Amino acid sequence: MKLSKKWLGDYIQLDCSDKQFADAMTLSGSKVEAFEQEGNQLQNIVVGLVTAIERHADSDRLWVVQIDVGSEQVQIVTAAQNVTVGCYVPVAKDNSVIAGGVQIKKTKMRGVASQGMLCGIDELGLSQHDFPYAADDGIFLLGDDCTREPGLAIQAALGLDDIVTEFEITPNRPDCLSVVGLAREAAATFAVPFAAPQPVLPSGTGDVNEHLKVQIDEPSLCYRYAGAVVQNVRVAPSPRWLRERLRASGVRPINNIVDITNYVMLEFGQPMHAFDMRYLQGGQVIVRCAGAGEKITTLDGVERELSANMLVIADAQKPVAVAGVMGGEFSGVMDDTKTVVFESACFNGMQVRATAKTLGLRTESSARFEKELDPSGCVQVIARALELVKELDAGDIVGGVVDVFPTPKSARSIKFDPAWISEFLGIDCPVATQTAMLQNLGCVVKGNEVTVPTWRNDLVAREDLAEEVARLFGYDNIPPVPMRGLANARLTPRQQLQSFVGDVLRAQGFSEITTWSFISPKGYDKLDLPADSFLRNSIVISNPLGEDTSVMRTIPLPSMLDVLSRNYNNRNASAALYELATIYLPPSSRGDALQGQGGAHEPEELPEERMVVTLGMYGAGVDFFTLKGAIEQLLARCGVAGYDILAIAEPYALHPGRAAALAIDGEEFCWFGEVSPQVQENYELGMRAYTCTMNFNVLFAHANRKVIYKPLPRYPAITRDLALVCDIDLPVLSLQREIEQAAGKLLEEVALFDVYTGEQVQAGKKSVAFSLRLRSAEGTLTDEQADAAVKRCVKALDKMGVSLRA
Amino acid sequence: MKEQLQALQQQAQERIAACESTAELEGVRVNYLGKKGELTAILKQMGKLSAEERPVMGQLANEVRAELESTLEQRGAALKQAELQARLAGEKIDITMPGTQRTVGHKHPLSIVIDEAKAVFLGMGFSVATGPEVEWDYYNFEALNLPPGHPSRDTHDTFYITERMLLRTQTSPVQVRYMEENTPPIRIIAPGRVYRQDSLDATHSPVFHQLEGLVVDEGVTMAHLKHTLDLMAKGLFGENTQTRFRPHHFPFTEPSCEVDVSCFRCGGSGCGLCKGEGWIELLGAGMVHPEVLRRGGIDPEKYSGFAFGAGLDRITMARFQIDDIRLLFENDLRFLSQF
Repeated sequence: MKLSKKWLGDYIQLDCSDKQFADAMTLSGSKVEAFEQEGNQLQNIVVGLVTAIERHADSDRLWVVQIDVGSEQVQIVTAAQNVTVGCYVPVAKDNSVIAGGVQIKKTKMRGVASQGMLCGIDELGLSQHDFPYAADDGIFLLGDDCTREPGLAIQAALGLDDIVTEFEITPNRPDCLSVVGLAREAAATFAVPFAAPQPVLPSGTGDVNEHLKVQIDEPSLCYRYAGAVVQNVRVAPSPRWLRERLRASGVRPINNIVDITNYVMLEFGQPMHAFDMRYLQGGQVIVRCAGAGEKITTLDGVERELSANMLVIADAQKPVAVAGVMGGEFSGVMDDTKTVVFESACFNGMQVRATAKTLGLRTESSARFEKELDPSGCVQVIARALELVKELDAGDIVGGVVDVFPTPKSARSIKFDPAWISEFLGIDCPVATQTAMLQNLGCVVKGNEVTVPTWRNDLVAREDLAEEVARLFGYDNIPPVPMRGLANARLTPRQQLQSFVGDVLRAQGFSEITTWSFISPKGYDKLDLPADSFLRNSIVISNPLGEDTSVMRTIPLPSMLDVLSRNYNNRNASAALYELATIYLPPSSRGDALQGQGGAHEPEELPEERMVVTLGMYGAGVDFFTLKGAIEQLLARCGVAGYDILAIAEPYALHPGRAAALAIDGEEFCWFGEVSPQVQENYELGMRAYTCTMNFNVLFAHANRKVIYKPLPRYPAITRDLALVCDIDLPVLSLQREIEQAAGKLLEEVALFDVYTGEQVQAGKKSVAFSLRLRSAEGTLTDEQADAAVKRCVKALDKMGVSLRA
Repeated sequence: MKEQLQALQQQAQERIAACESTAELEGVRVNYLGKKGELTAILKQMGKLSAEERPVMGQLANEVRAELESTLEQRGAALKQAELQARLAGEKIDITMPGTQRTVGHKHPLSIVIDEAKAVFLGMGFSVATGPEVEWDYYNFEALNLPPGHPSRDTHDTFYITERMLLRTQTSPVQVRYMEENTPPIRIIAPGRVYRQDSLDATHSPVFHQLEGLVVDEGVTMAHLKHTLDLMAKGLFGENTQTRFRPHHFPFTEPSCEVDVSCFRCGGSGCGLCKGEGWIELLGAGMVHPEVLRRGGIDPEKYSGFAFGAGLDRITMARFQIDDIRLLFENDLRFLSQF
């Protein structure tokens, strides 16, 4: 909402700077986005009187003009052909700035000095809408609606000197989308007197009821319809003051009748429409729902199909306007319009909103109606419009107003409890002060009852009154007071573990990423996910921005692989990344819950939102075991022990020979490995990459971060190495488990330190070397004890067909 | 024999003085004082001496030994010192060469800000709550005084799954869910993801993050809200941060406000970051609307509360002067490793 300072001045007198005004209004609830002096981009442009003119000696086109600019006489060379002696013209003097920020300096044109430039209307940042008589192509010759005084700044001469303040009005306050509404707010903010304008219906000739009949078929959708008729309309440009105010409000002047409807809307916030009576068959207005398949071509020339839940203004035969949204083509005022009907109606906000949305046609009018306007104001707005018709001599008024108002709105009362308000806000504000504040806003306060004005739909409960008091008291004047009382605040064990997982992963060099939760369904194809996988049953967004972001991921890998790919293609040589990613699992995506019932049906329950620890890495020196080590370290730090490692039979996305799952108590919870060559290619990854997904729920269920200290060893350890030869496919873990079993409790640690296949080893075999650290808690270990332990290992291994390396 | 001893002493002293290294000195020591050394060899001749001479010579021999040991020690200390100096000089390195880096992972800037906010609010006695991102229309809108057809719904640009199921457009649904499950006193924050149908550009992302806050107790006032949010602003942006509370409108709070913080780049004098205003919009807040309390099963006659919701992505961007929100979701390591 753009507010003209001059217009506001009609209603209240303020003694403050524009900045103070903006700040105070912002702090009382009408947020000022910006304020600006009109025409402030123009500099050093003044009114000049043409005193002499002669052809340029050296040109057929150019004129040399002598101009009186008040303090001096200047000579300007112009190519314009419409300048004559005695004209008043805008003169951009030497060192001036015209619209668009263009600088004008004195120059010579074909040898003749020119001390500036004469301006056309557009060079002043204006158009023929502002000054209809301005030349299309030529210098703007100031008419008698300008102050024609040589030397006067052009802004002052044209009335291009208003201060325009732009407000952001919240949707609960449609009353503030008007000069009167903002004047009331300003008066309450600054505690200055304000009297709302009370337009008086001018008398006219004849009786409007003989020209216009109004019928409301849908009183729940149209609360009120008021109309008036003006005959012998004299369509003409509006006077300058009116054009000026429209311009300052951001509305383009058109002609006197249309300008009056816009002016009144800006003044009171109530949209109006002016119909050409020729277009209203039978002088009849019927407010009804559209018939199925009924069509209307709106003012913008678009034919629109209406549906039965849309409200229209119709004459005896056809719809002439979409109620509250837009008038029909040809229904508006033309140059040859003789008789107009002014409409001032009030429609159901939800209805207007739904219609505008369905038609994709949001107008100034619909934007106001959808916020639910006050039907009480309809007639005073008509009165105001007719006052202006009279003032502008725009036509002959027909006496009276047609006013159909099936259910007049009664004023609402709210219990007034000033003590509670003070307590609720944490302030001490006397009853008298609160009463005055509410009265300044148009409320009537009687004892412990506040009657709120009909234009304040938003005031319903005591909390609403508290807000009115608070904002006029000043939010900044409410003291900050610490809360008392105790609350038991700490992160839950789950939240603590989330944070800890991040700590451990970052310590291992993984950086955290944040990815979107929705992906392209093609992401599943890129992962080589089987076509019949339950995981393809994602939550689908019905109105996505695009296919790329149309389903909620059931797997975090597409996001991770995208990020790995982006980093790889941005030439980051290596990457180690993690995300505590959420996946969204509708019942149909969980094989366990609804086996085989996947498919598109209306979900009756929200999806499970599951957190998945997701890792991804690539780079020189990174391999399967780099990732495995990071996972083992993470699990060890989280105190998860006793998990098994399994090969994955048919892994998706992963290399079948380099993919593993971890399981605890038979439940798989972590899947990791090398990204398969095909998937690598799908994601344009030019090198081997590794990923892991781990169900955080299972991690949390088995995490045990309770630490109980173990005493440091008091006796020395003995280290023995075991070099073994076994079948090439025998997992080393089985050897290690055997050693652990056989060595007994003296074994402190067994570590694999070498695996070798090649010339020195028989084909189909591999050499595996372990280092055993043995220690006793009771005393220094003897060589004999150590040897005995190693012997037990060798014997046990021998039974597995594993021999000592010769 | 006396002459022998004196000659030995003389000779040994000279050799000690001539030693250039501790190793050489040790050789000299062994040569004269060792078990098979020259002094020992002389002393072995003692047996041939008379009983009168023997103590005299013994004493002399001891004097010579003591003298030589002392000289050896002095010379040894000096040589050791010299050798140390030489070693130190020889081991000089170019300390301006780069250090060997261990790879340490980086926390995402959004997480940095979320963790800081958690720390601030844990200190004030708030717990951390969560709620689903795929949410019912009821919790996202209706329970928050936004019935179907409400004009404010337009500004939310909602992603719908079905008519009733959507991607939450704000973290506020956590308010009602939490109230349904808990009784006052309530003090929670709920950071989380929210979704709106905004196309991705430098300042918009269809996925972003909010921090919700909710306090419900007996006698909670707007003065408490102001104090809490003052502390939040100072905790996130520094002790000198000022706040400005502006009246605003949200359907689920009454009174409602928007809170600005003094621009942390210019301190309030006006700069490009704050578009010359000196203030940066931080969050929306207000006293919980009685209808919302009721929906949460809480009696508004007995209890009151306040709530707030802040845009974490915008706070993160402001904090680190990140000018493009896309950087937060591209996850380029050149970006991530700056944090």
